[in-house]
Parts: sequence; C-alpha cells; structure tokens
Amino acid sequence: MSTRSIVPFGPQHPVLPEPIHLDLVLEDEKVVEAIPSIGFVHRGLEILVQKREFTEYAYVAERICGICSYMHGMSYCDAVEHIMNVEIPDRAKYLRTIWSEMSRIHSHLLWLGLVADAFGFESLFMQSWRMREKILDMFEASTGGRVIFSVNQVGGVLKDMDSAMLNHFVAELGDVEKDLKVLSKTFLDDAAVNNRLRNVGFLTKQQAHDLSIVGPFMRASGIKRDIRQLGYNAYKDLEFEPITSEIGDSYARCDVRIREIFQSIDLIRQAVGKIPSGDIAAPIKGMPEGEHFTRVEQPRGEAIYYVKADGTKFIDRFRVRTPTFANIPGMLETLKGCQFADVPILVLTIDPCISCTER
Amino acid sequence: MGVMNFTGTVLKNLFSKPATRLYPFEPREYTERTRGRVEIDIDSCIFCGMCQRKCPTGAITVNKNDKTWKIERFNCVQCACCVKNCPKKCLFMAKEYTEPGADKLEDTFQKILTPEELAKEEAEKAAMQEKIKAAMAAKAAAAAAEKKDE
Repeated sequence: MSTRSIVPFGPQHPVLPEPIHLDLVLEDEKVVEAIPSIGFVHRGLEILVQKREFTEYAYVAERICGICSYMHGMSYCDAVEHIMNVEIPDRAKYLRTIWSEMSRIHSHLLWLGLVADAFGFESLFMQSWRMREKILDMFEASTGGRVIFSVNQVGGVLKDMDSAMLNHFVAELGDVEKDLKVLSKTFLDDAAVNNRLRNVGFLTKQQAHDLSIVGPFMRASGIKRDIRQLGYNAYKDLEFEPITSEIGDSYARCDVRIREIFQSIDLIRQAVGKIPSGDIAAPIKGMPEGEHFTRVEQPRGEAIYYVKADGTKFIDRFRVRTPTFANIPGMLETLKGCQFADVPILVLTIDPCISCTER
Repeated sequence: MGVMNFTGTVLKNLFSKPATRLYPFEPREYTERTRGRVEIDIDSCIFCGMCQRKCPTGAITVNKNDKTWKIERFNCVQCACCVKNCPKKCLFMAKEYTEPGADKLEDTFQKILTPEELAKEEAEKAAMQEKIKAAMAAKAAAAAAEKKDE
C-alpha cells in the first residue's frame, strides 16, 4: 500500500469563485476520500426575516445568491402568497416563468464558461460569457437590474413586459440559440474537451437515487425528474419533458445542461405565445399566518423553501434547502477514485453555489 | 469525436467587430428601466419618513424638523422599495449609478422654504399650539369638575 497524504483544496482556489474547502486524501495521484467543510460565507440571511417586514424581505431573499437571485425572491413571495391565500394573476405567473427560464439560461451559460475555464479552454469560456451578456442585457431592459432584479412582490410582479419587448427577447434568444448550436459542437464533439470530460466522475442511477441528488446532476445519471412538472407558475400550460442522459459522467452533465438551455429557449417561446393580458399583481390584505413549503426547480436543481408566519408583520421562520447542499454528498462520491488533476472539474460539474448553501 | 471544431468561431471572430466596447470613449447606454440610484424631488417631499421605515438596509434618514432628506449612497442597494412606497411620488430612480469611491458618500437634500411657505408653516404651528392649549384647558376643566362632583 502506498502512503497516504492529505492535500487541502480551497477555500481559495482558481477554479472556484466561491469558498468550499475539501481535504483530499490521496494515495499517489488517486483520491481515496474527500472531506468537505463549508461555512466561510455565512451571512445570517435567514434570521433577518424576523427583523424585516415580510413585504421587504423579498428584497433580502433575492440576495441569498447572485445567480439564481430571481428564483429565491420568487419562491419566497410564492410561499407567503400561499399562506395568505392570494391567487396571483395569470399574467404575473407567465412573467415569472419567463424570467425564471431566462435565469436558467444565464446560469447554465455561466456554468459552461466556468467549466471551459476549468479545463483550460479560455476562448470557449469567453464565447460562453459573450452569449450570457445578451441575457443580462435583456434582464436590465426588462427589470432594471443585471443580477438582482427586484421585480417580485408578495402578490405578483412589479414590472410588466409589453409585446414589443417580449418579441424582441424571442428574436434575441433565437440568435443565442444559433450561437449556442455552433458552440455546443465544440463542447460535445471536440477531442480536447472530450478527453477532459468523458469517463470521469461517474455517478450511477442507483447512487443518485440513494444520495438524493437533485437537478441536472441527477438527470445526467438517468433519473427523469423535474420539479417544474408539478406545474407551479405557468409550467402547467407549457409542454416539456425532463432532459436526461443515461451515461452519468461529467460529459453527460455538460450535455444535459446544454440541452436544457435549448429547452428553456423553447419554453420562453411557448410562454410568449400564450401569455394572457391583465393585471400583474393582486392586492394583499392583512398579515400572513400559517406555514408553507414551496418547491421550485432552480438552475442547479430542486430548492425547498419553508415559511412560517405568526400573524405579525415579521415572519417567524424562513428556511431554504438549496440544491448545492443536496448535491455535496454526490460530489464526494464522484471524487472517490478519481485522479487528483480531475478534482477541479468534478467539483465544478455539480455547479456548486456555496453562497446559496450558507446563506 | 472531431478536431478543429472551434476554427469556424475563431475565424468569424477575427473578421467581425469586437463584442466589447472601447469603454471610456464609448460609454454604455443605460436602458429605460435601469435602477441606477435614488433621486428625490425635494420640493414635493412632505418628510413623512415612509422611505426611511421601508428601506431594507436603513440607508435613508429623514429629518422633519430640519427638512432634510439624507441617503448613504453605498448602503443603498437600489431595490426601489422607497420609490414604490413614497406617498407623494417624489422619489425616482436615476439611470446613472453612483460613482465608486474610497470614502462613504452621503447625499443630503434640504428643502428651502419660501417666505410664504415659512409664514404658512408658522401659522400652522401656532394654530396647532392653540389647539393643544385649548384641549389641555378643556381637560383641566373636566378634571376640576369631576373633583367638584366628588
């Protein structure tokens, strides 16, 4: 038996913009075990719910994460609306769906760039982020913010998009789709990329099931499950099938995410075609009292929100189970037996968002 | 598995104009809805303090006596919650962002009253004092009457 050594990985690492620390137990170049530790960016956003009025907390909830910021704010508002028995107008539901899917596109494009950066393909990284810039510009034109949108309120949304704007967005997304088709050839077909992604970091269907993995990580292992199928917001009116892959390695995760971008563009097209006219917000009365669980499909997977209100203007408890938290056990499983040089890529393939996880 | 998949993109990029702007010479145009920074039309402000109460970060301070409205620029997160809740609609979002700086930046706006407004306010204050005096006198009289009854 060769000697074992422990190599620290993170919390500051070139491949990760966010702090996660792993103690890698190595036997020569082979990883035997990985021991994670998190807790470097805890900001106490959950307890803040007791100090801000429930209508104002929507702005705080958005700041849990910089990438899926929209979904956090939306899900918090959704949970409070359920507690207060407010039915939001159909147009608001469609607008929320469109913004959610745009968030998914921008998050996946960001991930594609980061993974290209991790295996050393700088120009591919630049190309992915060039496309993402278009989505960010669309966000700024429709909401006024590029990263934090602040368009959700309890009862609906704050800003409307007229048909000219929506059609412009669909045309822009058509361009993104064309560009991505060209770029996906490099991601999925190129020999250099394939050498880094194929046959590393396998996670079988059974393992994914046992470890309760969520999101594209789970779907890449062959489990066909997507929380959007529950039909929250406008998803019940839109046609889509969860995207899966049977392979279960890093390449499959890349493949699933690329196909999910195309699916999101298609969902936005459907939503723009079906969007009804009408109000964008319903009035709210009184204070919330009760509790509710909301489940949404974030770009990284299923997130669960729990809100408990006690009839005052401050909410009693707010809890978020983020997708990265659920995916960390799976990540550790994929790390076992891999080469030391593959660790950065494998950590990235779960699309970790540590700021979400620690709140 | 192919090789040279990226060549097409490379050639296209070589012969097309850059995706980035030549920044200081070609500044970015903000969109109609861009939330840059909070501005106030101080003349129509009534100093109710609603913006101060609603601000999630506590960046705004309203002083009714001095007629000042103060914002700490780098505490503000541009959520536009104050703009939404302003009863007189005197707050609005300007498109330009606050320029970055090394020091904390506070912007104070003061409402300067015209002589007529000043006189009106004085009159209102006097009237209020009169009212308070009258109410207190009435209360004292009522208390005295109650004592007498006993």
